[in-house]
Amino acid sequence: MTDKKYIVGIFNDEDVVMDAVQKIRSKGIKIHEVFCPYPVHGLDHALGYERPRMGVPAFLFGITGTCLAFLLTFWTLGIDWPMNIGGKNFFPFPTNIPIVFELTVLLAAFGMSFTFFFMEGLGPSVKPIIFDIRSTDDKFAMAIDLNKNTVSDSDIKAFLSEFGAEEVNIKEV
Amino acid sequence: MSVVSPIREHLVTGGKTYHDVTEDICRHVEAKPTKEWKIAFAISVLVLMYGGGWVLWTWWEGLGVWGLNKTVGWAWDITNFVWWVGIGHAGTLISAILLLFRQKWRTSINRAAEAMTIFAVLCAASFILMHMGRPWLAYWALPLPNTFGSLWVNFNSPLVWDVFAISTYFSVSCLFWFIGLIPDLATIRDRATGVRKTIYGALSLGWTGGAKTWARYEDVSLILAGLSTPLVLSVHTIVSFDFATSVIPGWHTTIFPPYFVAGAIFSGFAMVQNLMLVTRVVYKLEDYITLEHISLMNKIITLTGSIVGVAYITEFFIAAYSGVEYEKYAFINRATGPLWWSYFGMMFCNVMSPQVFWFKKLRENIVVSFVIAVVVNIGMWFERFVIIVTSLHRDYIPSSWTYFTPRMGDIGDYIFSFGFFFTCFFLFSKFLPVINMAEVKSVLKSSSEKKSNH
Repeated sequence: MTDKKYIVGIFNDEDVVMDAVQKIRSKGIKIHEVFCPYPVHGLDHALGYERPRMGVPAFLFGITGTCLAFLLTFWTLGIDWPMNIGGKNFFPFPTNIPIVFELTVLLAAFGMSFTFFFMEGLGPSVKPIIFDIRSTDDKFAMAIDLNKNTVSDSDIKAFLSEFGAEEVNIKEV
Repeated sequence: MSVVSPIREHLVTGGKTYHDVTEDICRHVEAKPTKEWKIAFAISVLVLMYGGGWVLWTWWEGLGVWGLNKTVGWAWDITNFVWWVGIGHAGTLISAILLLFRQKWRTSINRAAEAMTIFAVLCAASFILMHMGRPWLAYWALPLPNTFGSLWVNFNSPLVWDVFAISTYFSVSCLFWFIGLIPDLATIRDRATGVRKTIYGALSLGWTGGAKTWARYEDVSLILAGLSTPLVLSVHTIVSFDFATSVIPGWHTTIFPPYFVAGAIFSGFAMVQNLMLVTRVVYKLEDYITLEHISLMNKIITLTGSIVGVAYITEFFIAAYSGVEYEKYAFINRATGPLWWSYFGMMFCNVMSPQVFWFKKLRENIVVSFVIAVVVNIGMWFERFVIIVTSLHRDYIPSSWTYFTPRMGDIGDYIFSFGFFFTCFFLFSKFLPVINMAEVKSVLKSSSEKKSNH
């Protein structure tokens, strides 16, 4: 793991970093990632990432919850142990809507969130690679993987400084 | 891109930089607890222990320690339950509904409001357990196979809906709160050393704040808000069904779901107002929780207070219009019967008192805001008491008419919930950031007061 070398540009302002991302990318330099203390809207688009689609897992887990809840209520009161409650049908659908709704929300919320943790590799025992410790405080850190770029180190450094980085560091991981 | 109305006041004052935000909010998590905190925490724990004694006594002795009688079989226990659940709703409202409406002022208060939601729902759940009488059989409320001792639960029952609604609401609120905390926990991790670094490191799940993670994170937050909004409305709707699906005059009214939801938001905002007014002074966060925030909260309190006022009057109209004499009597008895004082307390505290906020001076006055918020919470407790006890105490047979007087068991169990709530809140305010740093930083550039203004 010690052979990976990154150039880390430190920026002060969200607009400067946004601008720098576009300029760096137009020079044909691949950016590893930009680390920010808060969500900067449009930065993912500037970096060329696809639009996040967390609605897909939310929907899939939600529909699973709907089906499970429907099966649970239908099977228990309709098939396994039918009970005569006030002379109503053994399975009156409208009175089961609250249960179906709650379980839909429960599974959608937890399913989506855990999918998110899984996709982002987040977990209690994860040891993160921190390019600059200030990126969770007040700085924006742009990391560029040197092994994946053909542009020379000194050129990348020069570009970063030119586009507004207040510091340019080398980080070996 | 978002557009900020020029007439809005600044949401963050004092010309804060990003680093100032981190410093101001992490300070309380990192510093040794202050003397004030220790005293307040000690008092809460003592209250918790005193109330806890009464809870144990309730479980040991049975529900006979309460003032219930054969006519009024449901009183303070369910009043307290509905009251706490209602208070809890503000947290989700602030973080989910205001997120969907893109209200930036939520950023300073959402964290504490969500924490308050969780603790309030736990307090509410404790009353469910208590009024079961035999809490060790609480699992009978879950859909477990018949071999566990009970039949399958009756899914047509609003009490079973309650079990599902409250437990889903609690779990999803915890999740929403935790996801909101992750970036801030990473900030604390990166400032901490030793054991604290390990603990906050584990809690922050290895968060680094990459642009891709943030993009997905925002998507997750938005969808969670979209899921929580109907959830929070469903929870109090289902709580109101506990009464509305019965055939008791005064309870089976179709206006209950919207009226309960409005009341829940009303009391919850009042509780958030109380907590934030204290927190901003104790933690010196006046630059983050500004008079603008207090004023906006008061506006919502006035609006929701007026909505419940309309609901109270509508109930009377519908009772009169129904032509059912029992229904009419339930409402006349409510306002003029032996428990008239609780009805008056409700009308005065909930409908009249928040009207003072039509005046800007009073709306931005901290003392007035605090007092009215306390009054509103008292009023909302009376509202539930009025609905529950006044509808029950004079039933169809005049020979069984009674009055309700609480006994020490009722009072002790209620005291327990306060001890529990404040113990949890003080622990939260010491060990976790009370303001969402990442979100405040994200509105800093557009909505903060610049240094040059001074």
